[in-house]
Amino acid sequence: MRQTCNSDGGVGSTENVKARGITIFSIFVDTPTAAPNPETKLLADFKKDTHLSKVYLAGREYLNEEGQTSVSPLIGKIMQQICTDPTLCPEYPSSVGLPEFTRRATELVLGRDCHAIVENRVLGVQTVGCTGAVRLGAELLKHWYNVRGVWCGPVYLSSPCDDSLAGIFEAAGIQDVRRYRYWDTEQRGVCVQKMMEDLEMAPEQSVIVLSASAHCPTGSDLSQKHWRLLTQLMVRCRFFPFFLLPAQGLCHGDFEQDAWPVRLCASLGMELLCAQSFSHSFGLYGERVGHLLCVLKQSSTLLAVQSQAEKQVRALWSRPSVGGARVVATVLSNPAHHVEWQEGVKSMVERGILVRERLREKLRLLGCPGSWDHLIQQGGLYCCTGLNVQQVEFLEKRRHIYLHPNGCLNVSAINSRNLDYVAESIHLALTSVF
Amino acid sequence: MSLFGEVPQAIPVAVFKLSNDFKDDPNPMKVNLGVGAYRTDEGQPWVLPVVKKVEKIIVADNSLNHEYLPILGLPEFRSSASKIALGEDSPAIQENRVGAVQCLGGTGALKMGAEFLRRWYNGNDNMKTPVYVSAPTWENHNSVFANAGFEDVRPYKYWDAEKRGLDLAGFLGDLETAPKHSIFVLHACAHNPTGTDPTHVEWMQVAEVMKRRKLFVFFDSAYQGFASGCLDKDAWAVRYFVTQGFEMFCAQSFSKNFGLYNERVGNLTIVARDADNVRRVLSQMEKIVRVTWSNPPSQGARLVAITLNTAELFAEWKDNVKTMADRVLSMRASLQAKLQALGTPGTWGHITQQIGMFSFTGLNPKQVEYMIKERSIYLMASGRINMCGLTTKNIDYVAKSIHETVVNVQ
Repeated sequence: MRQTCNSDGGVGSTENVKARGITIFSIFVDTPTAAPNPETKLLADFKKDTHLSKVYLAGREYLNEEGQTSVSPLIGKIMQQICTDPTLCPEYPSSVGLPEFTRRATELVLGRDCHAIVENRVLGVQTVGCTGAVRLGAELLKHWYNVRGVWCGPVYLSSPCDDSLAGIFEAAGIQDVRRYRYWDTEQRGVCVQKMMEDLEMAPEQSVIVLSASAHCPTGSDLSQKHWRLLTQLMVRCRFFPFFLLPAQGLCHGDFEQDAWPVRLCASLGMELLCAQSFSHSFGLYGERVGHLLCVLKQSSTLLAVQSQAEKQVRALWSRPSVGGARVVATVLSNPAHHVEWQEGVKSMVERGILVRERLREKLRLLGCPGSWDHLIQQGGLYCCTGLNVQQVEFLEKRRHIYLHPNGCLNVSAINSRNLDYVAESIHLALTSVF
Repeated sequence: MSLFGEVPQAIPVAVFKLSNDFKDDPNPMKVNLGVGAYRTDEGQPWVLPVVKKVEKIIVADNSLNHEYLPILGLPEFRSSASKIALGEDSPAIQENRVGAVQCLGGTGALKMGAEFLRRWYNGNDNMKTPVYVSAPTWENHNSVFANAGFEDVRPYKYWDAEKRGLDLAGFLGDLETAPKHSIFVLHACAHNPTGTDPTHVEWMQVAEVMKRRKLFVFFDSAYQGFASGCLDKDAWAVRYFVTQGFEMFCAQSFSKNFGLYNERVGNLTIVARDADNVRRVLSQMEKIVRVTWSNPPSQGARLVAITLNTAELFAEWKDNVKTMADRVLSMRASLQAKLQALGTPGTWGHITQQIGMFSFTGLNPKQVEYMIKERSIYLMASGRINMCGLTTKNIDYVAKSIHETVVNVQ
């Protein structure tokens, strides 16, 4: 959208400047307005909505039964302790972050006795959230995947996936971003066969972005049997797995199980990247606690890869912020805290399961068409209802219930106060809109 | 076969290597004059008293949550941070043509600015626009702009090694011959690494050429308050350019002047022609932030916002900043006095004429090597020292060592 540069004075502010006899030209005149972030627009519409029963189910944060984000008393206590600790000094952390944090974050995913850790071929980098981890991973791949030539992809993302992913790879200079089929609207589950078909066609050395558990935004994951088939295919076709693990522990209430696909690949001797976040499991969203795990084939390459990672970090954000990472490291290093924290995560998962079960039961009682088993088969924060675009619009406009346009919703935003209304509305959407 | 098998070791960053070598040195007399962080007279990092106070306020405040900040950052941080750079009564703020993006430290602010300019400045996706950085400059300037996609990052003349001062003629000459619309990274005050800033008159000359030749102004302001001890004085250049009607970016860091090195508190201030331009620029910035770190970290920004927006805390902060700046000034005076008293060959006036954390001593690489190897005094190969590394306890040793070095090594 081009705006003409008005040099004869103009509206308001320009006139003031002109009045002082200063002539300026505008450098930004050709900058168009960016299309609004769909999530931002949806939230803005929700905020303007005056309907009393309105419900926002499109958020990215875990909400408790009261509809709030919260941190556990344990976290609150630890933050107090850190605040009054005289031994902590306000120094620049290293570019790769706090060593205690990266060590614990690495162990959490891979398991302490993982061969790759023992053999010293694992690199852990503290990042600015999961987005920062993906961006850093993308930059590393762009610069160093295949030293002999300039590698620009392809990178394969699931369809659907988090809507910022493609942009992150593109921003890192990787333009060749493709999709593999993942969510089957008919089956309301993962279409494994189509996924494998698409990946069979991918060129060698493709990078495949995979959700380790609690897939965003569908909540539907592969079974262990299917993971084994997939990893066989990846080894055969020489693909590079880039795992997303933004909510370890929040899918099954079991940290090992949620990281199982990553551990499987590591045990097969594969190289991989894994982007982690501690936002959900600690309730520390604002603090941006992320981690990029890099498993290499040889320990001899570790120092070189670390030095290149540091170099990339220096040009992105220089060093990460330590506050949140310090809290996470404190919890993960202390056995008693660790247990207490895991219990807290388990209870979040239990609540999520309960919501899913109650929703499914309610829909069944209402005689809602279709099968709703997928609600309880999916795990984690998100759920893909299978509602189509028109039905989602109906929910928004007529019932003031806000879902992602693709029919996915945040399960934790449903609670005892809005469950009935949400269930009734879904029923209405399915029976009056096609 | 490892896909990363042929990754070469990156060249270590000089200042980090220096710190590591210092750590490994067993000499009890060792002094670290390398790293760019403030130290007390006891040689310790300093948590500003006002920071301790505000941290307690934050931890005790139950109404504060840990949710994601907006993509562009905490609004009250962004606006108060911009006010610090531009002045409370800035005409640009009053005319509603200032925007800001909260970023991860000064680096993050430079990064966001660079990414925006590469996409939207001087024709879209114009990676050939020259980016000029001072010779010498903070070495990360090169990496940030190169990694953002700019293919042509060049030096502009700045430091005159012979006269140990600003090479104004060279600087103005490069401004005159730079291709139109070139981007110039200017140090707002306390130039890193030389400690040499243009005078007001010299800044006016720079501005005149930049305006005439339509060059882009990108200020890097990492030491506001730290240079003279006065926030307003240190912002003179930035504010002068605003009065001259420039549109510009100013990358601000609160790492040094708040001592918040590890919370990564930065702000990219944008001054544009009018509110509509600001709005469009910010909309594009949001897209860039979203694919870099998505949302900036909350703690540091909150702390700075509370401090800047609460009258007594603001006053206390300015006082803390002055404490740091005064200690640096006293070390400068002391070092110069001691070198003169020792009769060290050469002129040492530049030590007190230079400003901010750093000083370009004028020691050559051989002399620097001697200082490190024979005296365990660690400084950059360029001869740059961090004044904060000096204390009343080590200044005699350092002065004598400089004297000995200059006398014995040429």
